[in-house]
Amino acid sequence: MKFTWSWLQEHLETTQPMDAIVEKLSLIGLEVEGVEDKAKALKSFVVGEVLTAEKHPNADKLRLCSVDVGAGAPVQVVCGAPNARAGIKVVFAAPGTVIPDTGTELKIGTIRGVESRGMMCSARELGLSDEHEGIIELPEDAPVGAPFADVIGLNDPVIEIAVTPNRADCLGVSGVARDLAAAGLGELMAPRIAPVEGKFPSPVKVALDFGDTPALSPAFALRVVKGVKNGPSPEWMQEKLRAIGLRPINALVDITNFLTFDRNRPLHVFDLAKVKGDLVVRRAKEGETLLALDGKTYTLDDSMCVIADEKGVESLAGVMGGEESGCDEATVDVVIESALWDPINIAQTGRKLGLNSDARFRFERGIDPAYTLPGLELATHLVLDICGGEPSEVVLAGAIPDTTRTISFPLSEVKRLSGLDASRAEMIGVLEALGFAVSGDGEVVDVVPPSWRGDVEGKADLVEEVVRILGLERVEPIEFPAGNTRKPVLTALQLRTRKARRSLATRGLVEAVTWSFVSKAEAELFGGGKAELALINPIASDLSDMRPSLLPGLIRSAQANADRGFGDVALFEVGQVFAGDRPQDQTQQAAGIRRATARPTGAGRHWSGKAVNVDAFDAKADALAALAACNAPVANLQITRDAPAWYHPGRSGVFRLGPNVIAAFGELHPSVLEALDVDGPVVAFEITLDRVPEPKAKPTKVKPLLEISAFQPVKRDFAFVVDRTVNAGDIVKAAQGVDKKLITEVSVFDLYEGGNMGEDKKSVAIEVTLQPRERTLTDAEIEAVAGKIVADVTKKTGASLRG
Amino acid sequence: MSAFVLTDHPALDALEREIASAILAASGEAELEQVRVSALGKKGSVSELLKSLGTMSPDERKVMGPALNGMRDRVQALLATRKDTLKGAALEARLATERLDVTLPLRETPAEIGRVHPIAQVTEELTAIFADMGFSVAEGPDIETDFHNFTALNFPAGHPAREMHDTFFLPENAEGERMVLRTHTSPVQVRTMLGQKPPIRVICPGRTYRCDSDQTHTPMFHQVEGLVIDKGSHMGHLKWILQEFCKAFFEVENVTMRFRPSFFPFTEPSMEVDIQCDRSRPGEIRFGEGNDWLEILGCGMVHPNVLRNCGIDPDVYQGFAWGMGIDRIAMLKYGMNDLRAFFEADVRWLSHYGFRPLDFPTLAGGLSA
Repeated sequence: MKFTWSWLQEHLETTQPMDAIVEKLSLIGLEVEGVEDKAKALKSFVVGEVLTAEKHPNADKLRLCSVDVGAGAPVQVVCGAPNARAGIKVVFAAPGTVIPDTGTELKIGTIRGVESRGMMCSARELGLSDEHEGIIELPEDAPVGAPFADVIGLNDPVIEIAVTPNRADCLGVSGVARDLAAAGLGELMAPRIAPVEGKFPSPVKVALDFGDTPALSPAFALRVVKGVKNGPSPEWMQEKLRAIGLRPINALVDITNFLTFDRNRPLHVFDLAKVKGDLVVRRAKEGETLLALDGKTYTLDDSMCVIADEKGVESLAGVMGGEESGCDEATVDVVIESALWDPINIAQTGRKLGLNSDARFRFERGIDPAYTLPGLELATHLVLDICGGEPSEVVLAGAIPDTTRTISFPLSEVKRLSGLDASRAEMIGVLEALGFAVSGDGEVVDVVPPSWRGDVEGKADLVEEVVRILGLERVEPIEFPAGNTRKPVLTALQLRTRKARRSLATRGLVEAVTWSFVSKAEAELFGGGKAELALINPIASDLSDMRPSLLPGLIRSAQANADRGFGDVALFEVGQVFAGDRPQDQTQQAAGIRRATARPTGAGRHWSGKAVNVDAFDAKADALAALAACNAPVANLQITRDAPAWYHPGRSGVFRLGPNVIAAFGELHPSVLEALDVDGPVVAFEITLDRVPEPKAKPTKVKPLLEISAFQPVKRDFAFVVDRTVNAGDIVKAAQGVDKKLITEVSVFDLYEGGNMGEDKKSVAIEVTLQPRERTLTDAEIEAVAGKIVADVTKKTGASLRG
Repeated sequence: MSAFVLTDHPALDALEREIASAILAASGEAELEQVRVSALGKKGSVSELLKSLGTMSPDERKVMGPALNGMRDRVQALLATRKDTLKGAALEARLATERLDVTLPLRETPAEIGRVHPIAQVTEELTAIFADMGFSVAEGPDIETDFHNFTALNFPAGHPAREMHDTFFLPENAEGERMVLRTHTSPVQVRTMLGQKPPIRVICPGRTYRCDSDQTHTPMFHQVEGLVIDKGSHMGHLKWILQEFCKAFFEVENVTMRFRPSFFPFTEPSMEVDIQCDRSRPGEIRFGEGNDWLEILGCGMVHPNVLRNCGIDPDVYQGFAWGMGIDRIAMLKYGMNDLRAFFEADVRWLSHYGFRPLDFPTLAGGLSA
């Protein structure tokens, strides 16, 4: 919403300087977005008069002018404009002036051997328009030497405020003035609008006809003014419209635009000569079209409200008029419309047609119903004043709705909600200044909001009115004690999320935050792609589906980094993934990838060792580290080889606790990389943090007693030859199972495949640690355990002891 | 005294000289050992002489005993000294050959390479600050119902305020409901109020979505909201909380805040909050000084309709809520200038603006110290 400083002063009598008003506007909720003061940029430009204009001695297209600038001797200026001639008044810039269009400072120049001591400006050079065919010619009576900005009325700063959706009443300058007056910055000037007496019955009638469908207009008023002389509107009106970025068209149209911004009362004018028969306000018929004033043709449907005559649709109600019945310079008889529309219907129509207008913007926020007829009267006054003519009587179809309601308001609500101490007089004073009617002597008063404040529903709204006008700065900060109820700040899952994040970062992975949406193809590759998770209105076609996994985003990012020359990347993300559209379908995942040589021990070549590509074990280690950090029962996790389809079938696995799959890891499937157009190798892991079981709740935080054996542990090595497909994990498990108490650790210290082992055999060597607790083990006891280990491993894995 | 003894026994004297010179001549520990064995070994020259004491007459022994024992002690001492010398020399020689180029660069430790994203870090900072004021963290789903995202929050159907949220929609599901991607984290407030009785103190950080993309908007961003519901909390408390938050978050002694009336469907009264700052230095914002105002958050008293929609009696309970962009305050505090870079996963950006894995934000240590 824009207006000029002088425009505001037509509604607000104030002695306050503009800066104070501007500051106050923001503080009462009408946030100032900017103040544009063209006069400031143009202050060095003055009116000049071209005394003589001779041909330049050395150039055919240049003129040598002598310009009177109101001070000192005439100035010599070389000018290339075709309209530079003696006798015209021009805009003169002296050397040293900054030209708004280019931002450069004007210097004394020598053009083709002749000195030029200034410039005569075009509109474009002044940043006023695109016009640059010639220099600006000012009116003959423009005083030489006077500031140019004063002469053309640009000395009126334009103030732009952001009006929140609830404050439709401030979409007119008068409403803004009312708020300022209530805040003590002046007096609201609101002279009563005298009704204009109709000289004859309106030749046009109007009917509201919605059949048995819900009415889309409660009231429609019109009046005809006959014998008008339409032409350019007066300069004061054009100046206002131009200042706020509107193009003056003709007096009748300008009057409607002016009142839209002056009083938040959108109006429409029809040329009576172009209206056939009476008007009817109705729903559009399916497929009806309207050539609107913006030059576009819109196809309508029966959800939309139109004003039609016998020919058809003449106007899209509350949104935009039709080209055919619009007013132009030839208009003699005019129909002025002032109507009320259903706000939601206006919003829907505008949205459906993609049609924005100042009228729509106001009607969908709700305008003052009680101003329907006064607005029509004021428009009539302006038409009569500017265009002359003879007014008809007013025709009103429907009825102006009575929005009167009473809110029972305990004045203590102000203190209860805001903490602000205000006197009764202050509170009631604010409400009354804003147009609220307050009655009652007790603590609880009756408040009737004014017709233009449709947004005010209840007590809290009234508190806001009082507090914003008295000033939010009067609300004192008051300490808010933390209280003595100490609940856990984070849930178990939130804690796990944090721990997983930090542990992955300590392993050299860098945390990324990627979009929650991926392409359909990516979603499908990673087990997603459900119809219920495809956005109806994605921002881009490759961001269309809610992600089933964090991996597509990470892989895409890794490739982008590789394309920038950073191929050895290790990235992770902790975030939400989606299996469906219900809350329980959303889980928290921690996932990471390593590409090329980005291993935990370092990436790329190094003197200490060769650059080695990442492998599934790096991903396994990452997953395990995060799981351990989340207090997952790492020792009890089983590893199986049934990782999801996007992993390499032979180089991947999952961590599970029985049927509960907690994580997957491995090399990515080559065909997935190919489908994503990504260069490998890439290894990855995904952990579903929701599935990590919580340790059983215990009544105390005391840790189990530490048992330290007084006896030295004994270590024994075994080397087994097994089929290549046998899992080393099974050998370890078999050995461990021999005596879970005595055997405290089994590690694999050697793995040998190929060579003399043959194609399908491998050797796995394990070190078993026995920890005696009561006494030292005898050789016989150790041998017995060793024998059992060999027997069990052999039995369970088909192994044989390596000779 | 010993010199006297030696001169009395020229043969012994000669032997001792001979041994001494052999000791001094030994160039290594092995050679020295040979000398020791030849002198003091079982059949060594000195040992033989000592053995012969037993065959001597008492008078003779009286003279020869001390002489021989003295000689043995001196030889032993000389051996020990020489051994030390040789050992030292050998060590010197070995050390002279053992040399590392300690200037060789090491691989960086993983914990130095890894980074935590600024959004995660700042979320932990926020959590630390509000935890100290008695808040816990509540989260909710990204895919929301129209009820939780709009209706319960007092967005009337068709109201322009709904249009201000450029909402992402999902297709109508089996239950005939059209789900949305939450446009703010306020639905978490609704879920909290529906799920627990007052008093309530929560913050709700999380991802939010709006179908908007340009220089300063991304289709996905992060918000944190706070909610307090009890029987007496008012705007004065809200002001205090936000003031304390700003001081703690921006790690400054003082902040000047400006509250402006505003509009949100779910709060009444509603306010926007600016903080005073100094932007006169290029690429740098300082808080607690300067002449500029920077909008950082929106807040207000929870609208009675919202309380009612969540089954809370607005004449008994009251409270306030606020919300701000996590990405935005991260940018303000740490000086990133492009929101889009947060989501581009450029490792150069992440390494530069990300945080070391062990830099846990705590109030005890100063949030980002």
